[in-house]
This record gives sequence, C-alpha cells and structure tokens, in this order.
Amino acid sequence: MNQTIEVSDLNVSYYGNQALKDVSFSLQTGNLIGIIGPNGAGKSTLIKAMLHLIPIESGTISINEQPVKNLRRNIAYVPQRSDIDWDFPITVKNTVLLGTYPNIKLFRRPTKADKEWALYCLEKVGMGNFANRQIAELSGGQQQRVFLARALAQKTDFLLLDEPFVGIDAASEEMMINILRSLRDEGKTVMVVNHDLSKVEAYFDELILLNHTLVATGPVHDVIRPEIMSKAYHTNLNMIQQMGVFS
Amino acid sequence: MMNFIADLQQYDFLQTALITSIMVGIICGVIGSFIIIRGLALMGDAISHAILPGVAISYMLGINYFYGAVLFGIVSAVGIELVSQNSRIKSDSAIGIVFTAFFALGVLLISKAQTATDLTQILFGSVLSVRQSDMIITLIISIIVLLVVVLFYKELLISTFDETMAAAYGLPTKWIHYVIMILLTLTTVASLQTVGVVLVVAMLITPASTAYLLTNKFSVMIMLAAFFGALSSVIGLYISLEHNLESGAVIVLVATCLFLLAFIFSPKQGVLWRLFRSKNKGML
Repeated sequence: MNQTIEVSDLNVSYYGNQALKDVSFSLQTGNLIGIIGPNGAGKSTLIKAMLHLIPIESGTISINEQPVKNLRRNIAYVPQRSDIDWDFPITVKNTVLLGTYPNIKLFRRPTKADKEWALYCLEKVGMGNFANRQIAELSGGQQQRVFLARALAQKTDFLLLDEPFVGIDAASEEMMINILRSLRDEGKTVMVVNHDLSKVEAYFDELILLNHTLVATGPVHDVIRPEIMSKAYHTNLNMIQQMGVFS
Repeated sequence: MMNFIADLQQYDFLQTALITSIMVGIICGVIGSFIIIRGLALMGDAISHAILPGVAISYMLGINYFYGAVLFGIVSAVGIELVSQNSRIKSDSAIGIVFTAFFALGVLLISKAQTATDLTQILFGSVLSVRQSDMIITLIISIIVLLVVVLFYKELLISTFDETMAAAYGLPTKWIHYVIMILLTLTTVASLQTVGVVLVVAMLITPASTAYLLTNKFSVMIMLAAFFGALSSVIGLYISLEHNLESGAVIVLVATCLFLLAFIFSPKQGVLWRLFRSKNKGML
C-alpha cells in the first residue's frame, strides 16, 4: 500500500479572507517534514485544517487512503506556546499524563502503568527532575519539552508541531530536534511549522513551502532554491541570503 | 454557638436552611472552579440574571420556579453563544446584551406575576424560607452536578486546560462547553434560595479563586473550592442568625474573608510571602 499523506484542493477562509487556496500535495510518511513560509502564509492554518480543528471550505485530507478524521487518535498535536494557559493549576507530570488520555476509555482513570509511562516520557526530554513543578515555573524551552513529552506519551505514528522552536534556548532546541529525528528513524511522520529559515536544511527531509497557495513541496534541496524561495517571500535573493538559508 | 446548635435541633426550617446552603456551597465551588479557569466568570453572572423571566413565568403558571429558571438559563447560554460566534461582537459584549435583556424582561414579568414572592427575595435570596421541596430539588441538582463532574472528569480537565488537544483527538469540545453551561445553570438555580440572583456570582467565583491561590492541582482546587463554599455557607448562616442579618450577604462576605486570607497568606501566591521574598532578594 502507498504510505502517503494526501491533501487535495484544500481551501480555508477566516472571515472572508482566504488563508489557504487550492493547496494540494502528496508526501511520503516516515519523514521529518517542515512547513515554511512567510508570516501569515497559512502554516498553522494548514496543520489545524489537517486536524479538522478549523472548518474547511473544500478539499480532502487523507493518510494512507484513510480520511484523517478516522485517525485522530494516531496523531499528536503540539500547540503554539502562546495557546496554553500557563497559570492552570497543573504540574509537569500531570501535563504529560494528559497524553495518555486519548487512549483511556470513558469513565476510566489513568492507571499506575500510564503514570509510569508519562514519567518515562518526561525523562526522555530531560525533565524528570521537574515532575512536581507547576508549568509556569519553567523556562520557555522547558515548557516546550514538556509538551513534546506529552505528545510522546500519546504513542502516535504522526506528530504535528506548531512553531515548537520559537523563543526557546539552543540546548532545548537541539534536544527536541534529536528526539524528532529519532522518532523519524522509528518510522514515524513528524510535521513541524517553522519560520526560522536558517535551520531548515539541517532539520528537515521534506518541505512544504506555503504562501496562501502551495509554492513548492518535495525534498529540502529541491525547495530551498533561490528562485523558488524568492517567489514565496516576494523578496530578492539578498534578503533571503541574510535570513541564513544558503549559508 | 450552643444556641445555634440547640436551635438547629429544635427548628426544622433551620436544618433545611443549613443543609441547602451547604449543598449550594459545595456545587458552587465545584462548578466555579471550571468557570474561573475557563474565563467564564461573567457568564455565571449573566445566567443568574437571565433566569429571572423563567422564575416569573413559573409563578404565573403555578409550577416550581426551577423549571422556568433552568429553561431560561439554557436559552440565554445558547443565545450568547449564537451572538458571539455569528458576528464580530466579542463574547463579553454578547453576554452583556443577552443577560440585561432577559433581566429587564424578568423585572417586568415579576411585577405582573403578583405573587407572594417579591423581587427582593429573588434578588437577594432568603435561606430561611427554603421549603422541604426546594431542598430536595437542590439535592437532586447537587447529585447531577457531582456525578457529571466525577464521571467525565478526564474529559472536562483536558478540554478546560487544552481545548485544542481535546478537539484534535476527537472530543466534542463544543458539547462539553454546553454541558458546563447546563451545570452552571442548574447550580445557579439552586443558589437562588440562599444568596439570590445578584450574589450567585460571588459563590461561583470567590471560593474557587481562594482555592486557585492554594494549589497546583486542579482536582485539589475543586475540592478546596467546595470546602470553602460550604464553610462560607455554615459560618455565614450562623452569623446572620446570631445578629439578625441578611443571610446571603453575610455568606458572601465570609467567602470574601477566606479569599483575603489566602490572598495575603498563601504560601506560593500570597502577597505577604512575595513581599518577604522580594525583600530578601534586595538584601542579598
């Protein structure tokens, strides 16, 4: 069977403004995929639409020929840090434990095994010593690692991360990309919205380049070519070079 | 104090009042915890006011006011949602528009209803006139509220903390919101007897906020809020009887005192320790 993520003719609008127009692509699963494009290009919109978190005007999204709605429990989503209420009365370990909830039946509570699994995931992102802290007591990078641990706890084959590297320290970023790579090596599919172009080449296998419409998609080196990038960013090559793409 | 206990043993209406206000304190704390975390404090105020026409119509029809109140509570919650989601009107304005309209309608209807129950009693509650039948309704409401929260705690927790993740893995977050609105309406209706329309919001917000300052665990917050709600009711009722004061107002002020204690002395969030810590930092 063909192992692909298929998006065809996807259209999404917010209050009459078209955020995504006729976006179609087909990507192999088992890769580390970057979603890039200028600010407001519809990057977050694309992954939210793929999860049916926002209404879609038209288009279909399927994974391995199955509509994505049937696969929800096999997809983990890591929201932008700004989407979370950090003052919520919850500890780090209980935040990670939430990752086990999709697989717990109605009326059931997390078991001891679930709790041990959550702690193991927390150790994996190097946050074991912070298990009993409230989530606001962490740095940005630590918070993002905790949410990655929660995604790991979901035991899914697909992970979608929205701007995970914004405003975090270099050590956290390094650790997270290594974890994402090892997930990819296990055969999982990881999609990351990213707007820092300087790391794109080092991080991703495949790219989706957006600016409301799909500008390009495919292996990294086929996408980050000067003539393609300048088309998406509507700017000259010097600017893009300054952004650090072709270092 | 001894008088209070002796009176309790002697007078049935006192027992009814005490039991009802304890139950109300508990469910207000539980639902209030969800309300303040979800940023719906204003919604609690809105629903309590919006049920007024329902109360009036129930009197006119000669049925228990509970039915009309619940109906109008739910209609107003849906109305607010419809206005804010189908226009550019922000949700706090939508709340303001809907609840004042219902409340104004209620004021007119109450004066037309011409019952023995006057507006003041509904606005400010009168715990001593709670009848046995009201107590039983409050008991049923309490059981429903607590049962739903216990059974669906997992789903309520995750959709309150991270609605996007909840929706991403397929939880019906919109329906969960409406379930919470229904529970809020039921709780508000039960609270009418003890604290009245105007002060219900205090019982929803204040004990839950007190608890919020004291713990980093949502389940503990809910239990503490229920405890503070019940404690405020008991102490408030006692003081109001001893000194012949408005019970609803006293209960709310007791809840406020508990909040102030937490606000000042809470080990993690209290202003006293913050002051202390920042002074120490200055000395280093």
